[in-house]
Amino acid sequence: IHFVLLISRQGKVRLTKWYSPYTQKERTKIMVMNAQLAQVIRELSGLILARGPKLCNFVEWRDLKVVYRRYASLYFCMCISQDDNELEILEVIHYYVEILDRYFGSVCELDLIFNFHKAYYILDELLIAGELQESSKKTVARLIAAQDSLIETAKEQSGSISNMIVQATK
Amino acid sequence: MALSGMRGLSVFISDVRNCPNKEQERLRVDKELGNIRTRFKNEKGLTPYEKKKYVWKMLYIYMLGYDVDFGHMEAVSLISAPKYPEKQVGYIVTSSLLNENHDFLRLAINTVRNDIIGRNETFQCLALTLVGNIGGREFAESLAPDVQKLLISSSCRPLVRKKAALCLLRLYRKNPDVVNVDGWSDRMAQLLDERDLGVLTSSMSLLVALVANNHDAYWSCLPKCVKALERLARNQDIPQEYTYYGIPSPWLQVKTMRALQYFPTIEDPNTRRSLFEVLQRILMGTDVVKNVNKNNASHAVLFEALALVMHLDAEKEIMSQCVALLGKFIAVREPNIRYLGLENMTRMLMVTDVQDIIKRHQAQIITSLKDPDISIRRRALDLLYGMCDVSNTKDIVEELLQYLSTADFAMREELSLKAAILAEKFAPDLSWYVDVILQLIDKAGDFVSDDIWFRVVQFVTNNEDLQPYAAVKAREYLDKPAIHETMVKVSAYILGEYSHLLARRPGCSPKEIFSIIHEKLPTVSTSTIPILLSTYAKILMHTQPSDPELQNQIWAIFRKYESCIDAEIQQRAVEYFALSSKGAALMDIMAEMPKFPERQSALIKKAEDTETDTAEQSALKLRAQQQTSNALVVTDQRPANGTPPVSELGLVKVPSMSNVDHSSADHGVTQANGTLTVVDPQPPEPSADLLGDLLGPLAIEGPPGSAVQSERNLVPGTEGVPNADDALAIAPVGEQTNTVQPIGNIAERFQALCLKDSGVLYEDPYIQIGIKADWRAHQGRLVLFLGNKNTSPLVSVQALILPPSHLKMELSLVPDTIPPRAQVQCPLEVINLRPSRDVGVLDFSYKFGTHVNVKLRLPAVLNKFLQPISVSAEEFFPQWRSISGPPLKLQEVVRGVRPMSVAEMANLFNSFRLIVCPGLDPNANNLVASTTFYSESTRAMLCLIRIETDPADRTQLRMTVASGEPTLTFELKEFIKEQLVSIPTVSRGPAPPLPQTQPTSAPAALSDPGAMLAGLLH
Repeated sequence: IHFVLLISRQGKVRLTKWYSPYTQKERTKIMVMNAQLAQVIRELSGLILARGPKLCNFVEWRDLKVVYRRYASLYFCMCISQDDNELEILEVIHYYVEILDRYFGSVCELDLIFNFHKAYYILDELLIAGELQESSKKTVARLIAAQDSLIETAKEQSGSISNMIVQATK
Repeated sequence: MALSGMRGLSVFISDVRNCPNKEQERLRVDKELGNIRTRFKNEKGLTPYEKKKYVWKMLYIYMLGYDVDFGHMEAVSLISAPKYPEKQVGYIVTSSLLNENHDFLRLAINTVRNDIIGRNETFQCLALTLVGNIGGREFAESLAPDVQKLLISSSCRPLVRKKAALCLLRLYRKNPDVVNVDGWSDRMAQLLDERDLGVLTSSMSLLVALVANNHDAYWSCLPKCVKALERLARNQDIPQEYTYYGIPSPWLQVKTMRALQYFPTIEDPNTRRSLFEVLQRILMGTDVVKNVNKNNASHAVLFEALALVMHLDAEKEIMSQCVALLGKFIAVREPNIRYLGLENMTRMLMVTDVQDIIKRHQAQIITSLKDPDISIRRRALDLLYGMCDVSNTKDIVEELLQYLSTADFAMREELSLKAAILAEKFAPDLSWYVDVILQLIDKAGDFVSDDIWFRVVQFVTNNEDLQPYAAVKAREYLDKPAIHETMVKVSAYILGEYSHLLARRPGCSPKEIFSIIHEKLPTVSTSTIPILLSTYAKILMHTQPSDPELQNQIWAIFRKYESCIDAEIQQRAVEYFALSSKGAALMDIMAEMPKFPERQSALIKKAEDTETDTAEQSALKLRAQQQTSNALVVTDQRPANGTPPVSELGLVKVPSMSNVDHSSADHGVTQANGTLTVVDPQPPEPSADLLGDLLGPLAIEGPPGSAVQSERNLVPGTEGVPNADDALAIAPVGEQTNTVQPIGNIAERFQALCLKDSGVLYEDPYIQIGIKADWRAHQGRLVLFLGNKNTSPLVSVQALILPPSHLKMELSLVPDTIPPRAQVQCPLEVINLRPSRDVGVLDFSYKFGTHVNVKLRLPAVLNKFLQPISVSAEEFFPQWRSISGPPLKLQEVVRGVRPMSVAEMANLFNSFRLIVCPGLDPNANNLVASTTFYSESTRAMLCLIRIETDPADRTQLRMTVASGEPTLTFELKEFIKEQLVSIPTVSRGPAPPLPQTQPTSAPAALSDPGAMLAGLLH
């Protein structure tokens, strides 16, 4: 998988994750790089959002392929090479959605807007280097929960300590 | 929703969402960015919580499409935070905002490394994830060993190890050298025994990448993959949580089958049998079910199984099962399956002989060409293109033409290109081909590239029978009311050349032809006018007896354009006017175009070029490429891509002016020797070489190909025999521009590479060309490493391989530009067809200020195709005796040998993989050696060598070489002689004579640039 993209029906980006540096030349200026990424997103939203409901889930784009699937108002897109197995990726998308669903409890677009950071780290538990690392929902859920609890405990601890520090330095 | 837990962040997101328009949103975001900037500036007051919040906000703003570059540093610095919550944010945001090319990332390497080697498991995970997602070359070099350690460590938990596996995969992609094949192949095999399916899934991905590059080293993994697949497919001992809609991890199944596709064959019959049982089960046991996800998952597995079956080139029976399945798929309603059915049928065409079965589905495929879904239409087009042959071209091409008028714009160019290629490749008769192309131009002129009409003109020019027909057709199209400009071009060109063949037909008198063409002139652009002017000149010439009225009309036009602002038009007008006033002189110059030299169709080349490659190509594609592609093999006299070197341009492009003014051509010749660089008068046009041919209607100098060649032949004569010691010297034409001095001695580097398989082939202040080779029997895989040593890019990089006739060499595409300080790798596949000592040449050029061109011998020399074999006395003597004398056994007394002891000589022989068999010859002054030579024609062939030295005079010896093939014996004998007489310097006195055994090779060599150059390099 070269990149993952979540876009809303209105073309708003909800998540982007690039596994290959998606810029033409190496070490171009950062500004140019961002512009190129924006271009990629624009092109793809144009392509995908325009597609009707009963078409296949694959779009050929440049020399790559985008596998996408629509869930309510959100399009989940993953870009792969031409030779990759399209259906496999289609089900990676669904697997991700199921995990999000289980985590948020019937996930909706708003969840992903306000908790975009969680969408990111859940994705990180699924994919590294654009490859699937874990195919057990249970394991992923466990690992995410462990991370959350780490953050919680840290917050409780630091809450008291940092308050004290802030108080002391005032 | 309350999960967010960061109020500031939620408020900001709500604010942005409540903005009524983009302008408001920008204001809100700018305000926030300002706020974040100031907060970061006086960092003191920031609590870790606040820092975290701001960095998240930045990621959100970045997603909205704004630049947050100022904050990269802050995100990166959070990575070194001591506590998990901040660290996590640092890692996640960094890996989302940055990519491997950001300089900031380097600052983090140390912290990341500490986290990886540290004891904290959660930190390890974060760090591995970051490196796995955005790690670049530098990470690869500094972290790979640590990551490997984690992956194989028994004390690490699965959650760390699976991340380490994918992290290593990433690093390997960035730099394959970080995984040491010898040490790693066993470990990789062990990893496949892993019980934890998460770790196994990740490891399988790693294996896919490894075998894609080097399957040989990972043979031991093959049976394990089959075992794993069996276990999954039979659902044996798979934990419930790893089944997905009842299917045992479909992803792992797919990956496993992917890995298996990189092994060329499966030799072990048992393994093969059990694999086929599993595949059969998948192929036959997959049903269509209601649940979409289950259906997708099971078909993902099914399609991968199909691919594997195709790869294994299974028996006909299972193959036809596959085709039957695909035939079913392309007719189903489910669009995904239909799409994949078409796609896989196309793939199947590439590897097996199933064309006839697929043809049965032609009607169904044509229906898909009209599918509402463009993805499916594209696949159908590809498939039709692939399955087309002589028997069905007419149907298919006509179908494509028909579809062309309704096709969407996105597809028209591809459609017309494909129709044009098919028409050319499989035309049942040439007039049909002309029809098709003219229809194409008529229906979709905007999408017909120049190449297409150039090609039809070439065909017509080269086939006399076709000329009257083409002229009639062109004339007919001109009657249409509004025709595309390309049609004007092609019909004007054809009528200019051949309208005189129609003169007796109604409406085809010169005058009528002229006026109907001239009617179009006001509608065309400046690029077409020159063609029309040439046509007029030609019509004028063909009008015999001359028609004063027509002449006056045409002269008036020439005079009108004499002051045209466009130089090309002006020049033609002036020239044609002057020429046509001379009367008879016009006859010669305006004669018909001579035939074009045969060359690879530019169209087909274009189609090949557009097929792109990715880092890990599927095995299928690799194989298909080996069969069909000849991307950079020189079949033509000219460089396959880009503009030809200056000298060639000089001669080829001269015509458009030199014919007019003969003194200017003379002028060109009288210039300093060899520098035939007449400045080209026309502005550079898009596809220079084709246009040069076609738009130069004056045909005195004959086809360009011969001009180039005659000049090539000239080179050695005018420049004298190049200095054999220096490979550079044979580039006489490039010399004048080559101000760059190579570092080190090119000849010595070449000699060294003849003995070892990796090293530097060439180096100068700007570039270093390294080489790494891997030889297996008669095949070799070289990788050229082109390293740019500068801080600015090297441009116009071109590498051409000039192979000798006995080697098949294929260089993958070389990028035009090498970025600063970057290294690109270009694999070069070599196949040895028959024994020969000739060497291939790499013609390499680039631009860095000046144009630099070097021609380098490639170390694909005879001894690389030798494999050591040691032979016992019992084996040696019967063989030796069975070969009685010439031409299989040749003996020669060699003089002028570099003095060396027998032991030294034995070492020398061993270094060339001629293995000395001690003790076989009782005389201590003699040496007996054996080796196996591999080539496509000889296959593996045993070679035996005996050397008798004279202890009294070490400068002479007697050598006897025997093998089962005369050429091989001769070539090997000469090869050994060369090594004995002159090592390590290359100056070997008189060049060895051409092999007597191949008297035909001498003339052939002349037309083979590779052989010519290689000959010069000796």
